Amino acid sequence: MTDLLSIDDLGAEGIAEVLRLTDSFVEVTNRPIPRVAALRGKTVVSLFFEDSTRTRLSFEAAAKRLGADVMTFSAGSSSLKKGESIRDTIQTIEAMGVDALVVRHASAGVPAQIARWASSVVINGGDGWHEHPTQALLDCYTIQQRLGSLEGRRVAIVGDVKHSRVARSDVKAFAALGADVTLVAPPTLLPPTLVGWPVGVEADLDQVVEKVDVLYLLRMQRERMTEALVPSLREYTARFGLTSERAARAEDAGAIVMHPGPMNRGVEIAAEVADRPNVVVVDQVRNGVPVRMAVLFLLLGSRRDLLDGPAGGVVGEVPEEAEADVRG
Amino acid sequence: MAERERRITPPYGGVFHARTRVMSPDDIQRAVWRMAHEVIEHNHGLEGVVLIGLQTGGVPLARLLADDLHQIEQVDIPVGTLDVAFYRDDIGLRPVLPEAVTDIPFDVDGRIVVLVDDVLFTGRTIRAALDALTDFGRPRSVQLAVMIDRGHRELPIRPDYVGKNLPTRRDEVVDVSPEGVELGEMRK
Repeated sequence: MTDLLSIDDLGAEGIAEVLRLTDSFVEVTNRPIPRVAALRGKTVVSLFFEDSTRTRLSFEAAAKRLGADVMTFSAGSSSLKKGESIRDTIQTIEAMGVDALVVRHASAGVPAQIARWASSVVINGGDGWHEHPTQALLDCYTIQQRLGSLEGRRVAIVGDVKHSRVARSDVKAFAALGADVTLVAPPTLLPPTLVGWPVGVEADLDQVVEKVDVLYLLRMQRERMTEALVPSLREYTARFGLTSERAARAEDAGAIVMHPGPMNRGVEIAAEVADRPNVVVVDQVRNGVPVRMAVLFLLLGSRRDLLDGPAGGVVGEVPEEAEADVRG
Repeated sequence: MAERERRITPPYGGVFHARTRVMSPDDIQRAVWRMAHEVIEHNHGLEGVVLIGLQTGGVPLARLLADDLHQIEQVDIPVGTLDVAFYRDDIGLRPVLPEAVTDIPFDVDGRIVVLVDDVLFTGRTIRAALDALTDFGRPRSVQLAVMIDRGHRELPIRPDYVGKNLPTRRDEVVDVSPEGVELGEMRK
C-alpha cells in the first residue's frame, strides 16, 4: 500500500495493524515530551481545498510529533485563485520535494486523481461524500478502547448517511472488524441504493437506542434543509435526535455515544447530553493524533512493503509462556 | 531445535535454522545469577537501580534479573520495557515496526538504568535505546547487560555485564529463546 484513499486500501488486517501501531503512538503522546524523530527529514503537506479544523490540525500535530516537517496549503490564499489547475498546483508542490500529501476536497475522487499524478504518498483527508478513512480508523480505535473490540458489537449510525463520507468509511471499517451495523435515518437521507453495504436499516431510533453498544450520530448539515430532505430541524430532532430521554435509555443500556464533529447541540444531540460521561467525542479527537501518526509512519517510515504475507506476526505480542519459561 | 521466524531481519520472512546450542536454559539461569551479583557489586548495592528490558528479547531477561536481584538483596527493582523502533537509524531502509508498546512506569531522572538485551551485535539498537532514554529523562548513569556479546560492533558501545562472549560470523544468527541460546542461520 502506497496511498490511503479508502478503507478498502487497508482491509481488515490493515486496519488491525494501524490500531496495533496506534497503541505505541498513544504511549508516545502520553510522554512529557510527546515526540519521536521517526520521520525526521520527511515533509508532509496538508493540502486542504475545503475547510477543516480538527482533521488538518490533527494531521499536522501527528506529522510534527514524528519529527517531520509540515507545510500547509490552503486553497483560499493560493494560486488556484489565479486559475492554476490542481494538476499544476500538485506539480509545483512536488517540485519542492515533499513525501506525503494529505488531501481534502469537496469533490469525491480528487485525492485518487492526485494520487495518479503525484509520486509522493497521498492520504485522503476527506473527499466529498466519498470517504474519510482516518476518521474511521480513529473511530475504530475509540470503540476498541472503550469496549475492548468491535467483534460482534452492535453499532447504529444515525442521521444524514447520504451526504456523509464518515458514514461510508465507518460502515466499511466497522463491518471489516466484525461489528453489526444498522443505519437509522429517514429514507430521504439514505443513499439511493444500499446494494453492497454490509448494513441493516431501521427508521425508528426508539427501536434501537437500548439494543446497541454504540450510537454514532452524524452531523445534520443545515444546508440540507433547503433541499427539503427533512421537513424541519425540529421534526428531525424529535425523530432522530439524541434527546435527554433517549440518551438516558442508551446510557442505562451501556451504550457509548460518538460524533465526528462539529456537533450541532440541540439538533442531532441535546445540549446537556453532549457532556455525559458515555459521550466519547473528546476521546475521538484525542485519538485522532496517534492514529494519524500510525498511518503516517506506516506509509512513510515502516517499509512495510519489504515484508510479504499478512500483517499479523510482525507487531504481535510475545507469548506469555515464552517469557515465563526462559529458566527452563 | 528451535526454528523461529524472523520477519524484520533480512532475508525478510526467513526461518531460523539452529546449528549448535551454545547455552542451555540452566546455563542462562546461572549466567543471570552471576550478572545479578555483578550489578550489585558494581553499584555497591541497588540504591537507585532500575532495569529496562529491550523489546522483545531483553524483556524476559530483565524480569529474570530482577527476580535474582530480589532474591539476593530482598528489594524490588522497578522493571520497564522499551521498544526502540522509532529511534532506529535505518528507518526507511528496512522494515521497522514496533514489536510492543514501551512501558516505563517510573521516573528515570537520577536513577542508574541498566538496559537489558539478549544479543549485542552492531550496537545500533543500544544507540537507539540511549536516544529513547533521553526522551524519558536524565539518568545518573546507564549500564548495559546482555546475554550474548557476539562482536561486530559498528559503534563505540560496550556491555557492562555479559552472559557469554560468543565469536560469530557476520552472516550467522544468534537466537535466545526458552530452549537456550542457539547459533544458526536464516533460510528463506
